[in-house]
Amino acid sequence: MKKLSARRRHPLAAIVVLLFALAATGGLYAAFAPAGEAKAEKSNQSLDIKEGKKLYAVGCNSCHGTGGQGTSDGPSLVGVGAAAVDFQVGTGRMPMQAPGVQAPAKPAVYNNEETRQLAAYVASLGAGPTVPGKEQYSTEGLDNEEIAAGGDLFRQNCAQCHNFTGEGGALTKGKYAPGLDGVSPKHIYEAMETGPQNMPAFPDTVMPEKEKRQIIAYLEKVNSSESESPGGFGLGGFGPVSEGMFAWTIVLAILIGITVWIAARNAKARKS
Amino acid sequence: MSSQTGSHKDVSEKHLPSAQDSTAVAEVDENPFADPGIPHHEPRVQDIDERAAKRSERTVAMFFIVSMLATIAFIASFVAFPVDKIFYLFPLGHISALNFSLGLSLGIALFCIGAGAVHWSRTLMSGEEHVQERHPIAASPETKAAAIEEFSQGAADSGLGRRKLIRNTMIGALALVPLSGVVLLRDLGPLPEDKLRRTMWKKGLRLINQNTGEPLRPEDITVGSLVFAKPDGLEDDSHEFMHEIAKAALMLVRLEPKDIKDKQELDWSHEGIVAYSKICTHVGCPVSLYEQQTHHVLCPCHQSTFDLTDGARVIFGPAGHPLPQLNINVNNDGELVAEGDFAEPVGPSFWERG
Repeated sequence: MKKLSARRRHPLAAIVVLLFALAATGGLYAAFAPAGEAKAEKSNQSLDIKEGKKLYAVGCNSCHGTGGQGTSDGPSLVGVGAAAVDFQVGTGRMPMQAPGVQAPAKPAVYNNEETRQLAAYVASLGAGPTVPGKEQYSTEGLDNEEIAAGGDLFRQNCAQCHNFTGEGGALTKGKYAPGLDGVSPKHIYEAMETGPQNMPAFPDTVMPEKEKRQIIAYLEKVNSSESESPGGFGLGGFGPVSEGMFAWTIVLAILIGITVWIAARNAKARKS
Repeated sequence: MSSQTGSHKDVSEKHLPSAQDSTAVAEVDENPFADPGIPHHEPRVQDIDERAAKRSERTVAMFFIVSMLATIAFIASFVAFPVDKIFYLFPLGHISALNFSLGLSLGIALFCIGAGAVHWSRTLMSGEEHVQERHPIAASPETKAAAIEEFSQGAADSGLGRRKLIRNTMIGALALVPLSGVVLLRDLGPLPEDKLRRTMWKKGLRLINQNTGEPLRPEDITVGSLVFAKPDGLEDDSHEFMHEIAKAALMLVRLEPKDIKDKQELDWSHEGIVAYSKICTHVGCPVSLYEQQTHHVLCPCHQSTFDLTDGARVIFGPAGHPLPQLNINVNNDGELVAEGDFAEPVGPSFWERG
């Protein structure tokens, strides 16, 4: 001990003490951190709910009420479930830019983490559909016959509003059914599950999970940048309206131009 | 000017029309509206310059040759491309190679024939304006008299006025022949009888979910959902499926019972679940654009709008009647069943509908 205290004035003493202190801190952290992590995992859900509640209080409760009970400006969120939140917030529909009949998709305001926290909070208000797992909406393993049957299901349940190949269409008073090109399979699944805005829901009791996957697979086949259109120009896939407009404006203009050319005065040998 | 320079504007003086005297003062005739006649003919470059004419000839021939090549390309692509070959072309996307090459080559082949012919007539065929006077087309009085004479001679020879038996039987035969055509109209039938008035639904028949083929239960149908049902026993691949589903197609939604304004609709619902005909009463399109917040149902064809909370009353559009409602209930197994057929004919109005 005497030896040690004799060297306490050594120029390197401070550095040695610092190293000891650092090692002690690291050791203590190593000893306590795993326990802390386990605790955090256990309370992750409640932490999400707590964080989600904070986000909700800032971004949502002016329309949906302080407890999600709904106001005259927005519907109740009790029982809509995490899937509805993941769809509405994940596609940027919520928060709405302005009150109106249609909530259009736009770049998402909240990131994935915040969306999950909001979903956890809203799910805690009342039981509802949960966010689907990848195996629920993945289209892997579906053969061509099942995808074609998905087309049948799409025409039976969806085509009246979203058009035969999912191009979307008009509803009443400024509302519309959006086009389904570029919508992620997860969001399509959630929309069918929860029925966002004026879209009716297609819960698993009336449309089982596999049929939803078939519909998603059909849409991937007919309505994506990879989908085949043997005839060339689809002209939006709206049928006679856009085709007629193309024929009556563009094609007719070309035909009139050719007619004018046929009957045009051709060059005369004039003395200049 | 030397013709060796080659430009078709360089034409020797003697071929050109004399220039109009632009300084002359217009003289007014006694009749200012007299027919001025056709304008003075001006020759084209090709009429006076053989080199220009040759060039036009080569242009026309080039159009025809391009057309020939395009036809060969048409035949070649028909042979070369399999029907399911898809390739990517920038603004068009993934398109069929066969459709694209056949359409493009045939289009070029036909267009070049037309363009060649038009160019030929515009530059090389005669450009002179001609006037042809019209002439009366009536026959001369002598020809007319001769024709009438021959007709009366023929009528007298046939003895139609004298031989009454022939005349009467001929009229009879001619009058009867059209009857065979009238009889054939019978094949437009048979008459629909009461097919338009009744559907497959009857008391106790279960409602089958069209997606799953399973019987529907009230607990399957949540508020805000939409489900389509067909009658039990109607198989998708059966012979009569199309005939029957065209009348029996049902859509079911669940409303809050307090939202239902129409007394009969409430009576015919089950725990707020209402079943309506899916066939529009205008021209029979499948109505099912259901807005789950307003409970309005639209028809995609002509935008007829029905209010499902008020007996499917028409609130917009050309439909003439509310959608017929099916009275539903549950059986002992807890499955939804019909209480009977629709009370009125489904689908578009018809003359005797009443």
